[in-house]
Amino acid sequence: MAARKRNASVAEAPAPVEAVQSDRDLHTELFTSMLLQRRFEERCAEAYAVGKIGGFSHLYIGQEATGTGAISVLRDDDYVITTYRDHGQAIARGMAPKYVMAELFGRIDGVSRGKGGSMHLFSREHNFLGGHGIVAANIPLATGVAFAIKYRGGDQVCLCFFGEAAVNNGAFHEALNMAGLWKLPVIYVIENNRYGMGTALERASAINDIAERARAYDMPKAVVDGQDVLAVRQVVGEAVQRARTEQVPTLIESRTYRFMGHSMSDAVSGTYRTKDELEQYRKRDPITVLKDYMEAHGEITEEDVARYDAEARQTCEDAWQFADKSPEPPLEALTEDVLVDTTTDTLT
Amino acid sequence: MALITYRDALNQALREEMQRDDRVFLMGEEVAVYQGAYKVSKGLLQEFGEMRVVDTPITELGFAGVGVGSAMVGLRPIVEFMTWNFALLALDQVINAAAKMLYMSGGQYNIPIVFRGPNGAALQLAAQHSQAWESWLAHIPGLKVVTPGTPADAKGLLKSAIRDDNPVVVLEGEMLYNTRGEVPDGEHVVPIGVADLKREGDHATIVTSGKMVLVAMQAADALAKEDIRVDVVDLRTVRPMDVAAIAASVKKTNRAVVLEEGWELAGIGAQVVDYIQRECFDDLDAPVLRVHQADTPMPYAKNLERAAKPDAAKTIAAVKRVMYRGD
Repeated sequence: MAARKRNASVAEAPAPVEAVQSDRDLHTELFTSMLLQRRFEERCAEAYAVGKIGGFSHLYIGQEATGTGAISVLRDDDYVITTYRDHGQAIARGMAPKYVMAELFGRIDGVSRGKGGSMHLFSREHNFLGGHGIVAANIPLATGVAFAIKYRGGDQVCLCFFGEAAVNNGAFHEALNMAGLWKLPVIYVIENNRYGMGTALERASAINDIAERARAYDMPKAVVDGQDVLAVRQVVGEAVQRARTEQVPTLIESRTYRFMGHSMSDAVSGTYRTKDELEQYRKRDPITVLKDYMEAHGEITEEDVARYDAEARQTCEDAWQFADKSPEPPLEALTEDVLVDTTTDTLT
Repeated sequence: MALITYRDALNQALREEMQRDDRVFLMGEEVAVYQGAYKVSKGLLQEFGEMRVVDTPITELGFAGVGVGSAMVGLRPIVEFMTWNFALLALDQVINAAAKMLYMSGGQYNIPIVFRGPNGAALQLAAQHSQAWESWLAHIPGLKVVTPGTPADAKGLLKSAIRDDNPVVVLEGEMLYNTRGEVPDGEHVVPIGVADLKREGDHATIVTSGKMVLVAMQAADALAKEDIRVDVVDLRTVRPMDVAAIAASVKKTNRAVVLEEGWELAGIGAQVVDYIQRECFDDLDAPVLRVHQADTPMPYAKNLERAAKPDAAKTIAAVKRVMYRGD
């Protein structure tokens, strides 16, 4: 299959950790990535409201630090696999907002040719193995990717995201048991945003300290402040190093919060959480947390912030315009990609 | 040609394909140390080692997903289910992941994986261990589904399945593993999607596949003694289905019986009848009849189980009915 060069990034992919980079440059990169994701999701909400985006759309607003920090420590040849809340992580991995937006608009220039939509963003070029729509179903897949890495004797890792509600699913248990048993290079990141749709963690899980579940699989665990991108980077970085050099899986619980509803069809607050609670969590906006840190260390000014914000807004406006002009898939596309032709080297 | 069992034919296919391509590996319950619940993988652990012949915990959903994930990044897994009855637990990964990945990724991620194991009833295993799932699996776009009924087809179709770049379901039969048949020596590959005329006759057509091929042949032998000569069309693959082969036979005989192991409603036979009415409407001299399992869960008691299963006697009766020959 030909590489999909048109998927090349506008925002540069995060640099490998080995690269020499000043703190300021690194922090600026994390900051601008999170800001871009935020503005992108805001435009998604707008596009959804005017009917440009259909189906389900699960926004990442409030959770940006987890994906951004975790992905920032990966190499290009590592793998990322995630859930249906995948827009922010796709952008954090370097997928260009315009191709992501075209996918959401159901257009031919979308990252999945308009056939996946919001929940199924894929990019082979970025080793971004998809947004997956069934809760916890991506966890065995990640485990299989890590199995393949070990099978081939490589030193890559697989980073797997899922929500806290997924830990109650059998697929989580089955997969982590095998990863612990076989010592596979996979990092499982629970994005604990407190609610599985409208059901609070403590109403769904027998234990609330869900990272404790790692003990059952003989794997290291960590809990991290999911609103602090630098803390996420630190913790995931250690886990990645462990996976790369010792082939040990890790279970990380990143404690975060979603500032929007579960999906675009869900109220931001109401039956299952109060407005007060939401306001409390909003005070720890991951973008503000990093901005405050950078200001305190003289790494960013208000003028910088305004400039980065204008750039992010422009990128998202360009993405909207690009997506809006991209053609719908031709009707022939309906029956394409159901099967691949087995006519290459495989039948000789 | 060598006369070998269906089990050994599968074993040869696995061994030859693992020798041919080091991306191919086998995983499942009891496939390694135990040498396979039905000994299909006998000797493979010793030859290929534990990285390529992988014993899994009893966790069908989990290891099916591990297989799919490994296929996303370039391996070519063969996932053995001890039986397809247990594979119901894994269907989310078979259907939502393996079958749809290529489509929902816009053509970026094909999944070259084989899901295989025995399907359908054996003897007195009762309701939860005696189910034929071909119509469920054949329903899914993005899968190929093969149902070998003889040792030669078992070897040739499994080899094709392993070389295919798409997910392929291989439905074997516990009651078939000990059956013997001629298998060509050396490279023997049977193409997916091509039916085989297992018996030639001109009075009626029996369309069937998988384990029911043997039943159809028994029926054909018995009918021949009464001078009724039937075509036995062995579909061999139920998705995609070889409609041309079905139509060619029915246009010749003008009468058809469809024999399958599973239940009636929305069964494979229903689809075959649909193809026949579309392709052969003006050629038919009688309504097409179906032989299938009784519309009940499988009972344990020997007599009830016998009554529930499709067999040669029921097939013979159906053939006589489409020929308007009563006894």
